[in-house]
Amino acid sequence: MNVQNQVKAVQNGVNTEALLGARAALADMPAAAQFTWRATCEWVDGTHSRSVVKGFFGLGEEQSHTKSFTVESDHPPQFAAADNGPTPIEIVLSALASCLTGGVAAVAQHRGIQLHAVTAKVEGDMDIAGVLGIDADVRNGFSAVRVSFDIDADATADEIAALVAQSQKRSAVFDIVTNPTNVSVSVA
Amino acid sequence: MKKTTTVIIGAGHSGLAMSRALEARGIDHLVLERGQPGNSWRTERWDSLSLLTPNWMNGLSGRPYAGTDPDGYMTVGAFVRAFDAWDAPVMTGTTVLSVTGSAGNFRVQTDQGLILCDTVVIATGACALPRLPAFADALPGAVRQMTPITYRNPADLPEGGVLVVGASASGLQIARELALAGRRTVLAVGNHLRLPRDYRGADILRWMDRVGVFDLPFDQVDDLERVRRTPSLPLIGTPTRETLDLNALQAIGVEIAGRLAAVNDGKALFSGSLANLCTAADLKLNRLLDTIDTWIARTGANAAPPERHVPTRLPGSPRLSLDLRTEGIRTVIWATGYRPDHRWLHLPVFDRKGRIRHDGGVVADGLCVMGLPYLRSRHSTHIAGAAADAAALADHLNRSLADAA
Ligand SMILES: Cc1cc2nc3c(=O)[nH]c(=O)nc-3n(C[C@H](O)[C@H](O)[C@H](O)COP(=O)(O)OP(=O)(O)OC[C@H]3O[C@@H](n4cnc5c(N)ncnc54)[C@H](O)[C@@H]3O)c2cc1C
Repeated sequence: MNVQNQVKAVQNGVNTEALLGARAALADMPAAAQFTWRATCEWVDGTHSRSVVKGFFGLGEEQSHTKSFTVESDHPPQFAAADNGPTPIEIVLSALASCLTGGVAAVAQHRGIQLHAVTAKVEGDMDIAGVLGIDADVRNGFSAVRVSFDIDADATADEIAALVAQSQKRSAVFDIVTNPTNVSVSVA
Repeated sequence: MKKTTTVIIGAGHSGLAMSRALEARGIDHLVLERGQPGNSWRTERWDSLSLLTPNWMNGLSGRPYAGTDPDGYMTVGAFVRAFDAWDAPVMTGTTVLSVTGSAGNFRVQTDQGLILCDTVVIATGACALPRLPAFADALPGAVRQMTPITYRNPADLPEGGVLVVGASASGLQIARELALAGRRTVLAVGNHLRLPRDYRGADILRWMDRVGVFDLPFDQVDDLERVRRTPSLPLIGTPTRETLDLNALQAIGVEIAGRLAAVNDGKALFSGSLANLCTAADLKLNRLLDTIDTWIARTGANAAPPERHVPTRLPGSPRLSLDLRTEGIRTVIWATGYRPDHRWLHLPVFDRKGRIRHDGGVVADGLCVMGLPYLRSRHSTHIAGAAADAAALADHLNRSLADAA
């Protein structure tokens, strides 16, 4: 860490010391860095489903959240559904925003930048002619995704832009959204 | 069988700088070279290449540039002539096949016989092999694959379009040359840097040198692993002092796309992260220019007024896939970086990724390596950085020899 970080006591609620320690330790133990994330989703009714996350694998063994979390998903009335939760698409957008926002906080902490407020607005454009099977040339997913950050911090505009750029470079969900991944789906 | 005190493997500028440093310390040595001195420049560079560092940075160790154009850029041919004029104890046409043993007792097996020595310097280059992504294998067989090591000129390529992968110096230069030759050229852009050729009336490298960005020693760097991955200087040396950036390339018709992320079913798939990588490069450039401006203001150095560059221009919606066959792309050039070739080094000195472990170039007692990215400073891969690295490592060897005696 540079000297600047040590003189300025920045409080973004991120334990950079612990994260840097983990990074150093994992660099020498590649096996411990292998994680598997999980969610179990059960159909409730119509397009309403409920996912539960609790356990995951990492650091060489089974791990667990401190409690289990549920994520409900459904569709709004415009899709003739009961609107019991956000659409899966909105969950993806929320995940992207959360990942980038958490990244901004972590990078700011590391760079000794005090944050006061961070808001990320995310929009994803979609031509639903794809999912509805109306037009085979239209893809199902987003044609474009925009994230717009509003950040109040003790930093220059360029420093804030650099935070946001670095957060994207280190973001898992940004990578998940911007790059192809092989997905295999099987039936038990 | 031969005996000497120090064997230097490789007669590029690094090996020759070490030869000079050992000579200055009175250490008996031999330089082993599989080809001729400067072999990489003779056999592994494309035809049109000129150095991207100005002449004042290109003097071989101990022989500063003495010509009349210190700010010009010499051709590879002119640079090779400097090697021809060099006198060092070089055994040419001698390929090292294996190195074993330890300080005081190294065994260097070559195709010309065994050499025993006390210390060894590895100077076989950081750019010996291309670094290819795993999915290179997934390219359709009909597509010709090349690297900057095998590429010579546009006429060498099959008719048709070209996908150049990688936007550091090699990829940018090759994409430029192909577009100027009338080839349809798509450039896949990953993490990259951006630099203007000149700034405030002088070569950008002149400022970077004066400001000291090349000097920060390896043991004072925050995150050495990261700086060792920093791409090469994205520059080109031309008589008109052209700036080679993504805007310049798009102006001559190169299409830019994101990082190549996968090849599936004959289709190249690009990452959607192009905008961020361009923003990051623009921001980094501005930070460098700020540093230079501050330095100029502080020292009162003579300089033209400051300027800022227009942000990198992006296609409205950058391409996410490219069907190589239907789009007529017949060649892919992997300008995805280089790596060293130390396979003949039969010692337990490699990390889990197969990279040689070293502390500022010291691999083990009596064993040094040269020319790797940020070996001792950002200058370590530049011609201009070899003399200082060689001096520091020659001191290590000198101590190792003294301890043994
Ligand atoms: C395309 C390109 C352009 C570059 N342009 C510039 C530039 O403009 N300015 C700049 O400062 N830097 C530039 N560089 C970076 C750097 O200066 C060069 O890579 C330079 O060649 C490195 O010098 P070296 O002595 O470390 O290694 P090399 O020049 O690669 O020398 C290594 C030598 O070792 C020999 N060798 C390898 N294996 C064996 C073996 N087993 N037995 C015996 N001999 C062996 C090789 O034949 C070779 O002669 C450029 C690099 C590349 C790839």
